[in-house]
Amino acid sequence: MSTLAETATITYRQAVNAALADELAADERVMMMGEDVASAGGVFKTNEGLPERFPGRIVNTPICENTFVGVAAGMAVAGMRPIVEIMFSDFLPTAADAIVEELPRLRFMSGGQCSVPVTIRSMGGSAGGFGTQHSATGESWYMGLPGLLVATAGTPAGIYGVLRAAVQREDPVLVIEHKSLYMRKGDVVTGEAGIAEIGKASVEREGADVTIVATLLMVDRALAAAEQLAGEGIDVEVVDLRWLRPLDTETVLASVAKTGRLVVAEEQVHPGGWGATVISQVAMAAVPLKAAPRAVSMPDDLHVAYAPPLEQAIVPSVETIAQAVREAVKG
Amino acid sequence: MTDARHDKLGWYRRMLEIRLFEEKVQELFMEGKVAGSTHLCQGQEAVSVGAMAALREDDCLTVTYRGHGQALARGVTMEACFAELMGRATGCCNGVGGSMHFTDVSKGLLGAFAIVGGGLPIAVGAAHAARLQGTDRVALTFMGDGSTNIGTFHESLNMAATWKVPVVFIVENNLYGEYTPMRDTTPIDDIADRAKGYGIPGVIVDGQDVDAVHEAVAAAVARARAGEGPSLLEMKTYRYRGHSRTDPARYRPEGELERWKQRDPLDLLAAKLDGFDDEARQALQREVQAEVDETAARAAEAPYPTLEETRAYVYAG
Repeated sequence: MSTLAETATITYRQAVNAALADELAADERVMMMGEDVASAGGVFKTNEGLPERFPGRIVNTPICENTFVGVAAGMAVAGMRPIVEIMFSDFLPTAADAIVEELPRLRFMSGGQCSVPVTIRSMGGSAGGFGTQHSATGESWYMGLPGLLVATAGTPAGIYGVLRAAVQREDPVLVIEHKSLYMRKGDVVTGEAGIAEIGKASVEREGADVTIVATLLMVDRALAAAEQLAGEGIDVEVVDLRWLRPLDTETVLASVAKTGRLVVAEEQVHPGGWGATVISQVAMAAVPLKAAPRAVSMPDDLHVAYAPPLEQAIVPSVETIAQAVREAVKG
Repeated sequence: MTDARHDKLGWYRRMLEIRLFEEKVQELFMEGKVAGSTHLCQGQEAVSVGAMAALREDDCLTVTYRGHGQALARGVTMEACFAELMGRATGCCNGVGGSMHFTDVSKGLLGAFAIVGGGLPIAVGAAHAARLQGTDRVALTFMGDGSTNIGTFHESLNMAATWKVPVVFIVENNLYGEYTPMRDTTPIDDIADRAKGYGIPGVIVDGQDVDAVHEAVAAAVARARAGEGPSLLEMKTYRYRGHSRTDPARYRPEGELERWKQRDPLDLLAAKLDGFDDEARQALQREVQAEVDETAARAAEAPYPTLEETRAYVYAG
């Protein structure tokens, strides 16, 4: 039991595993279901050891995302707290009826008679050659739904924190993990102290000149870009947005008010995504800016492609992010 | 009067309440007191009443946008139903849901779904939870014939059969999926045949005969409660009105409605009740009509909900 705060240097994968184990241990109403979740630790090995430690509570489902997410909703209404796993974010649209129409609306339509504490874990993002239908982050697809919280994390501490917060929430939460981050190591505070505040972004690096707001793998790349730019005399602040709903406008505005420059970095096309929403919040708040906001995103006329040079050109790189920051500084 | 005789009269009364409730809904709609659309269930009352009589108080169910009959049969008060239709704060969903979303969790009515097939996974989940929680509660899930062509139908039957979930799938086959006859959309005549593909019982039931409905549902519920898994029941029935209030149902062949009305569920039950003559039927009709009229008038006096109240229904926290 890791209810006491402990700090450990662990991988993003281990952080996911620890968060799941801690929630399963804390509340016997919590259970996990999804495709292959109980087989060999799950497709990304995030569930290793859990089926043995929590017999009968980690359950494989048939391949039918829409129905098993709906089943989770029914279980939640009846008093359970299911965690469902969507093996690749690209399969989230298969479950769109459950995610759009049922999870966030059951409580509302009934006039508040029920709550639907379901956590959806979804594995998103490019990971080197997974191709067009296994590489989406899907992070912004469902951010426009009152009633459904949407979380991401770009660090091991972040994913431990948001996952535990998601499972403890009385409402449905979609948590996107990033496949390319599973091996990334970082310091993680486990136990109660490590549970993230819902709707709170995390300033991963403080800086005075430019704010980068990023999610998932782009946080990692923004931090790498910031290191590089420090050598050029540019002091970058990196904000891991974490929650797309509720969006932490306060932290973003405070950072941009300090730096006067904003770059959003997202592993998706810009239209219809959280990056556009962040820029609109900054514009509406009339924060004085020294330069126009920049958006680093995937090209709006392409999908993720298989050939390694294509994928590398399409998914924003450390260099693309660094270049956007340099342009912002030039004004 | 024996208990059985008393129960059957109670069933008749409940079917009559549903019939006259739906007539009143149409009237209120024409008067502009009910907004949006309505999907009425006249002709299908025996399915609702016979099925609910087979449930325990702690069982649960999901229904569809054509769910007024099931809600009333399950014991949601008529006033809460009328108030909901008129968007009032005293409605069964506090005026937020309307005609298509009658819900009363305290009575096990977990939701009414306006997405075809949407309620099936919810019922499977609730039934699965009941078993994980160590109870022998069961769930019913109602659907129309049109639902049996959508993915969640097949996925839900597959999951429920594989996991032996205590759920009963009840198809109200009224021959039309919205405006289109079933033969244009479905390659088989008997939906119950689809059960074979999932290794569960598929039973064809005379949906106009409340006794037949009750018997079939009771057997399927007993099977589910005993841990033997789900069943698929196909109720052969008919809706007297069109799909929704804007549909005059001109696509129906001449004489079809009249033929079904010859096997009206209320008439069929009345004929089986000793001493329940025309006079007694008319007296009961007057009594229920008065109750319907008074209840609708009372429901209309309640206030509309406020946006402030309604915001609390988005997040549980």
